[in-house]
Amino acid sequence: MKRGGIFLNRVFMALVFLFLYAPIFVLIVFSFNNSQSRTVWNGFTLHWYVELLQDRQIMNALSTTLLVSLLATLIATAAGTLAAIGFFNMKKRWRTPLMTVNNIPMTNADIVTGVSLCLLFVAFFGEWEVFARWCNSVQGLFRLPVRLHMGFGTLLIAHITFNIPYVILNVMPKLRQMDKNLIDAAQDLGCTWMQAFWKVVLPEIKPGIVSGALIAFTMSVDDFIISYFTAGSGTSTLAMVVYGMTKLRISPKINAISSLLFITVLTLLIIVNVREARQEKQIAQRRL
Amino acid sequence: MSKELIRLVDCSMAFDGELVLDHINLYFNDSEFLTLLGPSGCGKTTTLRIIGGFLTPTSGEVLFDGVRMNDIPPHLRQVNTVFQRYALFPHLNVFDNVAFGLRIPKTVEENGRKRKAKVPEAEIKERVLEMLEVVSLKGFENRRITELSGGQQQRVAIARALVNRPKVLLLDEPLGALDLRLRKDMQNELKRIQQQLEITFIYVTHDQEEALAMSDTIVVMDQGKIQQIGTPEDIYNEPKNAFVADFIGESNILDGIMHEDYVVEFFNRKFKCLDKGFAPMEPVDVVIRPEDIDIVPVEKGQLRGTVTSVTFKGVHYDTIVDFKGFKWLIQTTDYHPEGETIGIVLNPDDIHIMRKSQYSDMFGDYSSYSEEYEELEDATLGVEEEPQEGGDEK
Repeated sequence: MKRGGIFLNRVFMALVFLFLYAPIFVLIVFSFNNSQSRTVWNGFTLHWYVELLQDRQIMNALSTTLLVSLLATLIATAAGTLAAIGFFNMKKRWRTPLMTVNNIPMTNADIVTGVSLCLLFVAFFGEWEVFARWCNSVQGLFRLPVRLHMGFGTLLIAHITFNIPYVILNVMPKLRQMDKNLIDAAQDLGCTWMQAFWKVVLPEIKPGIVSGALIAFTMSVDDFIISYFTAGSGTSTLAMVVYGMTKLRISPKINAISSLLFITVLTLLIIVNVREARQEKQIAQRRL
Repeated sequence: MSKELIRLVDCSMAFDGELVLDHINLYFNDSEFLTLLGPSGCGKTTTLRIIGGFLTPTSGEVLFDGVRMNDIPPHLRQVNTVFQRYALFPHLNVFDNVAFGLRIPKTVEENGRKRKAKVPEAEIKERVLEMLEVVSLKGFENRRITELSGGQQQRVAIARALVNRPKVLLLDEPLGALDLRLRKDMQNELKRIQQQLEITFIYVTHDQEEALAMSDTIVVMDQGKIQQIGTPEDIYNEPKNAFVADFIGESNILDGIMHEDYVVEFFNRKFKCLDKGFAPMEPVDVVIRPEDIDIVPVEKGQLRGTVTSVTFKGVHYDTIVDFKGFKWLIQTTDYHPEGETIGIVLNPDDIHIMRKSQYSDMFGDYSSYSEEYEELEDATLGVEEEPQEGGDEK
C-alpha cells in the first residue's frame, strides 16, 4: 500500500512537471525545426536564430529591452536600497504599514499597474501641456515642448516603479539581520556616518542588494503587460514584438526568440536561488 | 594623584520624558580601571554611551581634559568602545577588523592647515600584529570572524579598540555573553592588558564579583543616580546605604538606633561599633555581613536564634537563623542542623552603620530566602536593555 502510494505520488509529480514544462520543451525543440511547420519535425537547423539576428525590428526591440532593463535595474536598486534603509530607521508604527504598501504592487495584477501608469502619464501630459503653453507665453528665453508622448522615458519610469518593491523586499531582511551596533562600532573607530555606511553597512547588505537587482532585471526582461501600456507606439520591447508577431504570420522565429527569453530568465533565477542557498548556509555557520 | 581625563558635570539624560540619568557628577583618572556597577536600567550603559559620543546628555557637560565635548561625534573622540556583543565586522577577517580604525584617514592639523593623514600600511601591519600578540591571538590574522569562539571574538574586539591607542577604553558588559570559566579567564586577561598598556578602562557590568575583582574604583549606580564611589574594599566594607550593601555581596540589614558615638542599639541590646558622627538617638541601618558572624554555644552568645534552613555551598554553609522573627543569613564552615538553637557574637568591626535612605527596609531580610536567590539569578542572566535612540522595537 505504502509503495503504491509512493508510486502514485511520483506519477503525479511527473505529470505536474510534464504539463508545466512540456510546452516550453516543445517550443525550444521546434525553434530548431527546419521547416515553417509547428507540428512536423523536419530536421535540425539554426536558421531561425540566424534570421533573428538579421531582423532589424527584433534587434531594435532587443536593445530597447536590454537598455530599459539595465537602466531600470540600476536606478531601482539605488532607490530601493536607500528606501529600505529609510524604512529600517523608521519607528515600527510607520514601518509596518509602509512595508504593506510596498508589498501590494507586487501582488497587484500587471494589467492594473499598466493601465494605471498609462492613465497617470496621460493625465500628466495633459497638465504639462497647460503648464508648457503658459510658460512659453510668459517668457521667450526657452521653449518647453508642448506635446509629450509615451515612449522610452515612460517605459523606463514604469519599469523603475515596478522594480523598486522587489529591491526593498530583498534588502530589508539583510538590514534586519545586521547587528545595529556595527554602525556604532564603525563610528567609534573613526568613521563618519557616510564612511560607516560605505565600509560596513553596504558590505553587510550587499547580498540583498545583488539579489534585488537580479530579480529586478529578470522582472524587467520578463515584463509584457506593463510595457505594453506605457511604451507608446514608437518603442517596443522584445516581449511586445513577440506578441505583435503572433498577430501576423506565425513564424518559427517566435519559437527562437521565446526560447532565448526563457533561457535568459531561467539562468537569472537559478543564479538568484543558488546565491540565496549559499547565504543561508553562511548564516547557519555564523550562528554556530 | 593621577591626572583627570574625563569629567561629567551635572549630566542628565531623559528618553521620552523619562529621566534615565539624574544629575551625575563623575570624573575619570588616567590609567585607572573604573567600573560602573548597577542593575539593569540603572543608567550605566547610558553613561558609557554619553562618554562614547553616541548620546548627547539632555543637560550637563561632558569634559575631556577640561574641554566641552557634548556635541563632538564619536569618530572625533579619543575613546574606543568594546561593545556588548562585540559588533565585529563579519565581512572582514581578524586582521582587517583590527586594522579598521587605522585605515580611516584622520584629519590632522599641521601648521594651521588641515589635511587627511593616513597611517602607512607597514605601520598598520606592525601595530595590528603587536596588538594581536597583546590579546594572545598571534597567528589568527587570516581567520574569518565566523570561525572564532566567543572568547576569541572578544579578544579581537578588544584589539580592534586598543590598536587606535585611545586614552580611554569603554567596555560595555564585554563578558556578558561568555560562560563562567571563560569569564574568569578574561577578567584576569583584561586586568593584565589594562596594567600593561596603562590606559583608562571604563567598564560597565551588573556583576558585582567581576567589579570587585577587577576595579580600582567602583561606581555603584541605581535609578540614574550614583549611590557610592570608592575602592572595592570601601564599597564592600563601608556601604553607604542599604542598596549598596545589598547589591554588593550578601548583607543582613536591620533597624538600629545610634545612642552615641561607637554605641548602637538593635534587638533591644547595645553593641559596640566603630562608627561615629551620628546625631544622638538617630535611627540608622545596621549591616552585618553573613561571613563576619561567629556562631558560639547558646550560653556564650550575645543573641540566640534557631536555625531554619541550611544550604551547602561548597566552601561554606548558607545558614538561615531566626532571631525573634527576623531571619539572618550566616555563612559558616561549621554545620549546624535545622532546628538547632545557636548563639552568636558580634565584634565591633563586624557591625557597619549606615544612614537611613530611600532604600531602608527594602533589603536585607532573609525571610523569603529562596525567592531572593532566584531573583539574583535572573538578574545575572538578563542582558541589560536600556532605552536607546530609535531602539523602540525591543
